[in-house]
Amino acid sequence: MLNFFQLILIYAGVYAMMAIGQNCITGYTGMLSLCHAGFFCIGSYATAIMCKTMGLSFWLSIPVAAVVAGAVGFLIGVPTLRLKGDYLCIATLGLGEIIRNIATNLNPVGYNSIPRVSLFGYQFASRNKVAFIILIWAFVLIFYIIFQRLAHSRIGRAMTAIREDEVAAASNGINVTEYKIISFVLGAAVGGVAGCFQTAYTLTVQPASYTFMVSVMVLCTVVLGGMGNGKAVILGAFIIQFISYFPQLTGLTNVIPAQAKQIIFGLILVVMMIWRPQGLLGRDKFRYGDPRSRGEKIRAVFARKKGGAV
Amino acid sequence: MEKLRINNISVSYGSIRALSDVSMSVAEGDIVALIGANGAGKSTLLNAIVGLVPLQNGEIDFEGEKICLPKHHQKLSTDLIVRKGIALVPEGRHVFADMTVEENLDMGAFMIRDQSVIEKRKEEMYDFFPILGARKKQKTRSLSGGEQQMMAIARALMSNPKLLLLDEPGLGLAPLIVQDIFNKIKIINEENKVTVFLVEQNARLALRTSDYGYVLENGRIVLEDKGENLLNNEKVQKAYLGA
Repeated sequence: MLNFFQLILIYAGVYAMMAIGQNCITGYTGMLSLCHAGFFCIGSYATAIMCKTMGLSFWLSIPVAAVVAGAVGFLIGVPTLRLKGDYLCIATLGLGEIIRNIATNLNPVGYNSIPRVSLFGYQFASRNKVAFIILIWAFVLIFYIIFQRLAHSRIGRAMTAIREDEVAAASNGINVTEYKIISFVLGAAVGGVAGCFQTAYTLTVQPASYTFMVSVMVLCTVVLGGMGNGKAVILGAFIIQFISYFPQLTGLTNVIPAQAKQIIFGLILVVMMIWRPQGLLGRDKFRYGDPRSRGEKIRAVFARKKGGAV
Repeated sequence: MEKLRINNISVSYGSIRALSDVSMSVAEGDIVALIGANGAGKSTLLNAIVGLVPLQNGEIDFEGEKICLPKHHQKLSTDLIVRKGIALVPEGRHVFADMTVEENLDMGAFMIRDQSVIEKRKEEMYDFFPILGARKKQKTRSLSGGEQQMMAIARALMSNPKLLLLDEPGLGLAPLIVQDIFNKIKIINEENKVTVFLVEQNARLALRTSDYGYVLENGRIVLEDKGENLLNNEKVQKAYLGA
């Protein structure tokens, strides 16, 4: 039982990372992309190949995964990001499948017994889940902070403008193509890093695990939590993983078929679209162009409380 | 002095020709109106100026510099054209509906990096459009059509443009509000020295406000003259003024 909870925490961390990337693409800039499984795959393979075949450090594979996934995102982004809505969705869906097929052709059985990750002499063993939970969630926190800052920056502002209205964004001097590509590349890079941690934990990679369903799950995570809200997508990752492992958690694997999870995800998407399209937590509320720093805001709240008024 | 020069431009959407060999010019400090019926190509012309639709041939100069050339030639992207000092208030306003009035104005100032300049310009806009000042914390979605139009104009003015392009500022608004908006446009032109090029279906009001006018029919310029002359032109009166 506790074992499964820990497992959920680990996978929720990996999915939270992917969801942060997907949120940058879909939540901030409003592009419907369905190829996070592809970026995830690139990251996983980067770690697998670098650690196993080349004998390099896991830590080195993280930036490599981010750069390679980002570069693939850039290459596919330049021609496809002119497409809108469903068309972009289909083009990216194709990309995800292409990456998986390349991986299959590269090595149909994938890689096994990849060396363990070590940090300052400590080895992360798969049975010691707590260490992995700390490692992965530390990175989730780092990415959460980076993307939260991004959302509040000038770049984030341009992304929001593009999501709201491309014509208006362009006529206010925002280079729509440039910011779409930035958003796509950053989202892809985080997806790649998530793949590194997946490999670090399972120590195997198989092309079959990077199917379209993974991309759907990541999108589901973002929609469920709340598009454009960093905290919400992390919450979404928890819920989605909890549902995924519900049969194992309750010991009902014999009663509930594995396919039930796909039915539940579909149901969640439909129900959310009808009753709560903004997601569980809704969009992040913050004001753009606020010259005051966060410290000043907190001080202002305290000052108001002391005053006793309001 | 000539601010904007449009030289023999043609635009097609697939096999449908929207503009054929249109030439016109906007002098510095003027208000120039382009009138025409639905589907004459008015919005296409404005969108072509800011590079939102590609030209088939011809070219567009702004302050003597080529900003638009036919496709396959090196041309400026919309954001770079906007940076030269051309602001477009698109048809149907295109406000950021889920943002507040203030956030919309901040967006209009995207190219300005100095926060104090942005604050100053926002104050100027609130002075000029008091209704926006009163509603600055409100979501734009909740504003009336006239207020949204004023906000769209204010947002375009945030970047301190040299040339303001207005696409049907009176679309779908009550006559009194339209009059109010045109008065504001006149003030912007006279006091802020912003050259204005507007497209409008309300021919009478547009021509009365402007210094010079063009009549567009089926993608061709059929008439051009001083605003008051066009008002008195028999053909214009018959076709557009219902006289």
